[in-house]
Amino acid sequence: MKKHFRVAIDRERCKGCELCIPVCPLHLLAMSTTMNRKGYHVSETVRAAECLGCIKCARMCPEAAIEILNVP
Amino acid sequence: MKTPTSGYQRPASLTDAAMHYCAGCGHSSVHKLLAEVLDELEIRERTVGVAPVGCAVFAYFYFKCDISEAAHGRAAAVATGIKRALPDRIVFSYQGDGDLAAIGLTETVHAANRGEPITVIFINNTVYGMTGGQMAPTTLAGQITATSPTGRNPATMGCPIRMCELLNTLEQPYYIERVALDGHGGMVATKKALLTAFQTQVSGKGYSFVEVLSPCPTHFRCSPQDSLKFVGQKMAAQFPVRIFRKEGVPVHA
Amino acid sequence: MKKPEAAFFSRVLMMGNEAAAEGAIRAGCQCYFGYPITPQNELTAYMAKHMPERGRVFIQAESEVAAISMVFGASVAGARAMTSSSSPGISLKQEGISYMAGCQLPAVIINVQRGGPGLGSIDPSQGDYFQATKGGGHGDYHIIVLAPASAQEMHDMTMQAFILADQYRIPVMILADGRVGQMMEPVRLYEDSPPPAPPKPWALTGAKGRPPQYIRSLFMEERALEKHNYELQACYRQITATEIKAEETETGDCEWLIAAWGTCARISKGVVQKARAQGIKAGLVRPITLWPFPHERLARLARRSQVKALLVVEMNCGQMLEDVRLAVNGAAPVRFSGYPGGRVPTETDVLNALIELTKTNHHGKVEQPAV
Repeated sequence: MKKHFRVAIDRERCKGCELCIPVCPLHLLAMSTTMNRKGYHVSETVRAAECLGCIKCARMCPEAAIEILNVP
Repeated sequence: MKTPTSGYQRPASLTDAAMHYCAGCGHSSVHKLLAEVLDELEIRERTVGVAPVGCAVFAYFYFKCDISEAAHGRAAAVATGIKRALPDRIVFSYQGDGDLAAIGLTETVHAANRGEPITVIFINNTVYGMTGGQMAPTTLAGQITATSPTGRNPATMGCPIRMCELLNTLEQPYYIERVALDGHGGMVATKKALLTAFQTQVSGKGYSFVEVLSPCPTHFRCSPQDSLKFVGQKMAAQFPVRIFRKEGVPVHA
Repeated sequence: MKKPEAAFFSRVLMMGNEAAAEGAIRAGCQCYFGYPITPQNELTAYMAKHMPERGRVFIQAESEVAAISMVFGASVAGARAMTSSSSPGISLKQEGISYMAGCQLPAVIINVQRGGPGLGSIDPSQGDYFQATKGGGHGDYHIIVLAPASAQEMHDMTMQAFILADQYRIPVMILADGRVGQMMEPVRLYEDSPPPAPPKPWALTGAKGRPPQYIRSLFMEERALEKHNYELQACYRQITATEIKAEETETGDCEWLIAAWGTCARISKGVVQKARAQGIKAGLVRPITLWPFPHERLARLARRSQVKALLVVEMNCGQMLEDVRLAVNGAAPVRFSGYPGGRVPTETDVLNALIELTKTNHHGKVEQPAV
């Protein structure tokens, strides 16, 4: 049975370092044009439903701002 | 290591505080990995850390374990005092290159030489970050810093010190490894090295030392992504990434 | 200063350095970190032998800086910890002492003083009074300073030092000198169980069953350092109100008041008797706590109408002299007899200085410059 995942990015923890973006094999992450309260452009998901749950982006995120959650 | 299919949760050993580090800083990454290790080994409640003077001086705000301050460079001696007083606790020091390899070189070498059963985490980013990017003992030849404005000249400023190699000349250390935070693979390798280091201590084996070649985008004067390249290419060329000591035995390259 | 419920039995011949070491052991010192330096080596060697025997921690550190940092760590972990050294080594320890003062960590530091500045000599000296009492390291702090004058006091005061350190969460220094440290004397050893340490909920022992905590001296939040420093000062006021200790000899009718500490006080005791045999009404006031300093006691004594002048005797060029002058505040002339070269004065030296003083006209009680 195929597992489904949700990419939860804590916008307020994100510092916009962009390290998560190139590691996603499916290119599901991109920089947002909006800023968080600290003035960082943050990372956000595109086509989030396609996430395979490889957690590379979460591993890469220095701030532990990305969580990959199992969606039942 | 968590299996990919189980997702990823923020480590429980991290506090909710927003870390003060710059975007893409290696300190944030190693904090996160260290917290994961405390979680996985279930040692958070019996761990006492020692924070350095340097960028990681506020480490005690970010971990849900007890942490002490230490004077600049003295973390290994402070950790020694804690570990000797409380031998059943897990004691680690977390230090930068100025702290560990310059002002604290003596304490570093002698704690290793006594084989203190502590874990020393060494963040090597070739610069004094907190004070404004001055030359560190690990600054590469030719590297421009605030105090080597025309590049580090080995003739007058010395060459970068290789700490793993230096400590590996001693007999007592049990585990010494250098890893590089140069991308996803580096994150995985760093986590594994930290896990091995703490397992070494948990099983009462002896002194463990992990050097992490670490990005400092602010003082490398480049993007976080390019910082990883600097770590993986320039730094790794000077500081070979490998295991130096495994189970108390030197590992040859 | 509370005395431990003492039950003294054995009386042994011991060197002051060893008596201090044995005092530490009997006070329940769990961790000792040292580094060789003359004239305190017997202390480190004694601990090297006797601490491991009791399953306690002894490390010969790689430097004085490392030794005090290990004390810092052991204290962070809640242990009773100590280090010892002599003057040049104590200079190196000032970094750690300042950090411990800032972090409010208890510790005992023994300084068996030798000559200075620099490498100085290995002979006895009292040249570190300023360093010990005025805050030898950076920042706005004090440590408690006790000045022993005998092997017995090396033993007793080291024990007291642990009690005070724990009670006030403050480093305590025993300011001895090479003479006190190296001299052999009969010592009555404390035979009771170690004085209990108060609970240390602040100690870092792992965050089991409680929130994690940290120990720091860095306060970057707005006004946090100001608040912290006021807390430290409040502690210092409490110590000053409670712990000042001084000893008086023949001060009741004295006209010529000697003020001396440590070895010089012991010598001056004999001088008082010799002077009185010659009809000179001499007395002695001996500060035992150098910080907090017995300013009020000195002031009270100096203001007595029959007191004609004070003579401060020290093995230095005039350090406690400044505190005595502050205390006396012009109420009587204050003269000085100093021995800065590693030479321990004889009773005759001090007696001659006193006789010289009595020949001077002091009716106006005018402040005299230091000799």
